Amino acid sequence: MANRSLVSRGYPVGRLRNEVDRVFGDFLGERPRLGARLGLRERSFPAVNVWEDEEKLQAEAEVPGLKMDDLELLVKGNELTIKGERKDVGVTYHRRERGTGSFCGVVRLPADVDADKVEARLENGVLTIILPKASSARPRKIEVKALSA
Amino acid sequence: MTNATAVEKQAGREIARQEPMRGAPFNRPVVDILETADELRVVADMPGAKAEDIDVESENGVLTIHAEVAPRQPEGTDYLLREYGVGDFHRAFRVSEKVDAARISAEYSEGVLVLHLPKAEGAKARKIEVRTS
Repeated sequence: MANRSLVSRGYPVGRLRNEVDRVFGDFLGERPRLGARLGLRERSFPAVNVWEDEEKLQAEAEVPGLKMDDLELLVKGNELTIKGERKDVGVTYHRRERGTGSFCGVVRLPADVDADKVEARLENGVLTIILPKASSARPRKIEVKALSA
Repeated sequence: MTNATAVEKQAGREIARQEPMRGAPFNRPVVDILETADELRVVADMPGAKAEDIDVESENGVLTIHAEVAPRQPEGTDYLLREYGVGDFHRAFRVSEKVDAARISAEYSEGVLVLHLPKAEGAKARKIEVRTS
């Protein structure tokens, strides 16, 4: 179980630099993989973005290669749990940077959500979850009544 | 692995091309590179891209993958948690002459780009028949 915190991703967005990799470079045989050596192997839990407006919270996760059947979402109170698995195809790799295996993590949200109204969609490897806030968590406009004298 | 080693020997040195592109931030997709008897396969995670916005180019032994990805949230979104940025993907690879560049093909689904790099005939493992005298 991984708890999400405000950490930056392993693969930061950088300025464009024209880096060139060797496809058949030094990644043969028993030598440690470049990704493993440099600690570049992607964490198995997908990266998550969360934002909100008054009505709802929205979470987005990058889950390339997963189908909805590979994913399980649980919402309870202010906790969003994302479970999934990306299978290992078991062939000879020259380079391996993409994570595989099962993952499960909890995203702790800043407000309770209405679990019955949560919606999720998966498109081009991007999982988007819309989490309407529980009515108790929404800002309420308090009517100010003028006191009649 | 002997056939792979033969292919590997042909791998060129890393080269750096200077090709400024828009100056925008980009994401370097993570890749797996694997080998079968007939091809090398590059599998790249490019979530959020659309197939029609992905460019794959092979030129002078350099294979370049690029995808333009439009922002999915409005500019100025105040993130509570931000673990990744949405932006264009870009990565380039030097490929061996033992790859038949004319027959490179690509497919994209569920956010994953798969490039098939067929081995040139001479680079394939051959079974040598042993005859009895």
